[in-house]
Amino acid sequence: MAATEAVLDVVDVTKSFGAVAAVQGVSFPLYPGEAHALVGENGAGKSTIVKMLAGVHRPDTGRLVVNGSPVDFAGPADAKAAGIAVIYQEPTLFPDLSVAENIAMGNQPLTRLRQIDRKAMRAAATRLFQRLGVQLDPDRPARGLSIADQQIVEIAKALSSEARILVMDEPTAALSGVEVERLFAVVRSLREEGAAILFISHRFEEITRLCQRITIMRDGKHVCTEPVADLSVDDMIRRMVGRDLSALFPKLDVPAGDVVLEVENLSRAGVFKDVSFTVRSGEIVALAGLVGAGRSEVMQAVFGVDPYDSGTVRFLGKRLKPGSPRAAMAAGLALVPEDRRQQGLVMELSIERNVTLPRARKLARLGLLLGTTERDEAYAWTRKLQTKLGRLTDPVGTLSGGNQQKVVLAKWLSTAPRLLIVDEPTRGIDVGTKAEVHRLMSQLAADGMAVVMVSSELPEVLGMADRVVVLREGHVAAELTRAEATEETVMYAAMGQKVAS
Amino acid sequence: MTTLAVKTPRIGSLFKARELGIVIALVLLVAYTAIGNPRFLSGQSIRDILLNTAILAVMAAGQAVVVITRNIDLSVGSVLGVSAFTVATMMSARPGLPMIVALLVGIAVGAVCGLLNGVLVRYGRVPALVVTLGTLYIYRGVTYSWAGGSQVNADELPPHFLSFANDSLLGVPWLVLIAIVVVGGVSLMMRNYRAGRELYAMGSSPQAAELAGIKVARNLLGAFLLSGALAGLAGVLFAARFGTVDASAGTGYELNVVAAVVVGGVAVFGGSGSVWGAGLGALLLTVIGSALAVLDINQFWQQAIVGALIVLAIGADRLVAVRLARSLRKRDSHV
Repeated sequence: MAATEAVLDVVDVTKSFGAVAAVQGVSFPLYPGEAHALVGENGAGKSTIVKMLAGVHRPDTGRLVVNGSPVDFAGPADAKAAGIAVIYQEPTLFPDLSVAENIAMGNQPLTRLRQIDRKAMRAAATRLFQRLGVQLDPDRPARGLSIADQQIVEIAKALSSEARILVMDEPTAALSGVEVERLFAVVRSLREEGAAILFISHRFEEITRLCQRITIMRDGKHVCTEPVADLSVDDMIRRMVGRDLSALFPKLDVPAGDVVLEVENLSRAGVFKDVSFTVRSGEIVALAGLVGAGRSEVMQAVFGVDPYDSGTVRFLGKRLKPGSPRAAMAAGLALVPEDRRQQGLVMELSIERNVTLPRARKLARLGLLLGTTERDEAYAWTRKLQTKLGRLTDPVGTLSGGNQQKVVLAKWLSTAPRLLIVDEPTRGIDVGTKAEVHRLMSQLAADGMAVVMVSSELPEVLGMADRVVVLREGHVAAELTRAEATEETVMYAAMGQKVAS
Repeated sequence: MTTLAVKTPRIGSLFKARELGIVIALVLLVAYTAIGNPRFLSGQSIRDILLNTAILAVMAAGQAVVVITRNIDLSVGSVLGVSAFTVATMMSARPGLPMIVALLVGIAVGAVCGLLNGVLVRYGRVPALVVTLGTLYIYRGVTYSWAGGSQVNADELPPHFLSFANDSLLGVPWLVLIAIVVVGGVSLMMRNYRAGRELYAMGSSPQAAELAGIKVARNLLGAFLLSGALAGLAGVLFAARFGTVDASAGTGYELNVVAAVVVGGVAVFGGSGSVWGAGLGALLLTVIGSALAVLDINQFWQQAIVGALIVLAIGADRLVAVRLARSLRKRDSHV
């Protein structure tokens, strides 16, 4: 294999978004006829690499070399022209157009009058489906196709544009066992025909079955590129998560009190299934798992933002009305959402307005909001959380990410909740503020509040949580006590691997 | 027609079902009206209906293209006004100019307006609804301040310009011929040419269109330019047909045009529908107007009926979408 020329060379690429370095100096070659796995934790920079190959992002430094010559993609069209086809986790088809049109888009066969030759287009689609060994009607619209079929159409699209490099971003995440087998059969035959495949997956059994080599990334950096056969699954996991654990998060030990939240067999078709767990006062329970495991969705259903199909949510012994955030808030729940810019704050409004927003009704006198009550309230809370701000009347959008997060927390803490749900509380926050947010959460728990924390950051989960509920593909894969929870046990549960050693 | 579409969720039959529905509605309406008043089917009456449809259909063809890309062009009424006033002023000042020059100037004026819309939508990153609502007022305001209360009367316009509206080729009025050529041509472009299919793709999934390497900017500018140019063409036809042109020409037309497009089966969220469906929508709206007059029904009902048709059209689209989504989810949960 090493004797052949690499069809794609990623050379020392770097990409930053603002102050965040998503990818730092990553290099690996891709050879024809190989399936190459790219793995890493959430946020390791895999998606950024994919987007560079797709022509969506341009590397800040470093370069991409295709067939020996350096390339610079100005847009997705350039990447396509260079023979790179990307299949995203969420297929990107045109739902209103027919399957045949989707495949041919951009290089439809033309008649002499430069009209689209529909007959030839349909024949080409049929040929591709025969080659892939699938039964699909080329005339049906893409709308309504299962995810698996949509991916087959995407692969057919790649084949029709003669792509030599196929990038697949977690293609199996939404597929059933049979569909995965079919996809693998297709990928293997493409590989045998000499195509190079970059395969991104969280499932190690798929990687060991399908791929020859593996590149592991961690925190935007390249860890290693090696033959899959040389690494055990344990090695792979260790290299993915092995970061220094110096920044530990101290959680005060508090004896757990009464049960505050009981979630029983909560299900929502296609999203999560039979999720059960309890939270006691004084306890921090972490919901861990990979992106897409359904963690946020479960908590949004508990809070009433999203509906659920079956199961019960009991809060302080009483059944919580489903689908009503208002009832949840009245009962004493608070949810700090993941995306604070979109869901947590009104960026244009002042800091004080944002803090008092959920309590506007209570603070109002005769239906009028008085500036002074609002201000006193906001002042007290921002002081308590040590928020760094200019004036309370400044728009909240002018604060740094960490301080914005504190305003969101202040907003919800001012409602004096019994249960606080925080979704990715420290995403995009610098290390110092992170520690403050952690200290605050720990303090709240010590004061008797129950806290549910959804987090993708393992050190945070391990440091803060009294118990860890690990979700995988919508169901509870494991519930671990603080003593049981280690990087390995949590990752094993999240990825569906049995603890081997 | 909706249940039919759900049973066979094929894009082709969906289109056919939708446009067949309009044709059936048209036939029933015409038959009912003609039974009540046979004069409705006289040559003069049909001629009037077709002449009235022509201007609306030309604009609807352009609007359909814009709506298919998941945008909207609300400025078409004002563009018609600018174009009509420009051309009428020009023809009264230089009566010797041939008709073709009038047509080209009108199209050019409209194209410039349309291009400006497109540039603002694409590069200003402002939703088309807002941009074209703004330019609706801007183009109208410019026309008013230019006209300054004056108007061009029919006696100032050269005879060959005015007779254009009534002249025929082989018994078919020029206006109607132009409308047929425009609707047919744009339909063909949208159906059988790459550019047209890319416009459908952009409306169907803007994000996927970018990722697929479609030249989104160029296509979007093209769509708005086409809509503007056709509104400009409609302005010339308007001036020729009505003879008297002031700065308020075409005020409120944009809503009729959008109504024709929606009733004609173009989905407001883009990606589906057809240009000739929009043309049929224009015809249906015009026939409704005439039929109500012939049947001696209060004109005020006309607006209510048009409104009901729009709600019905959008409701039908929505129903299909919801049913499709539900059947998709059921399938997924079995997996």
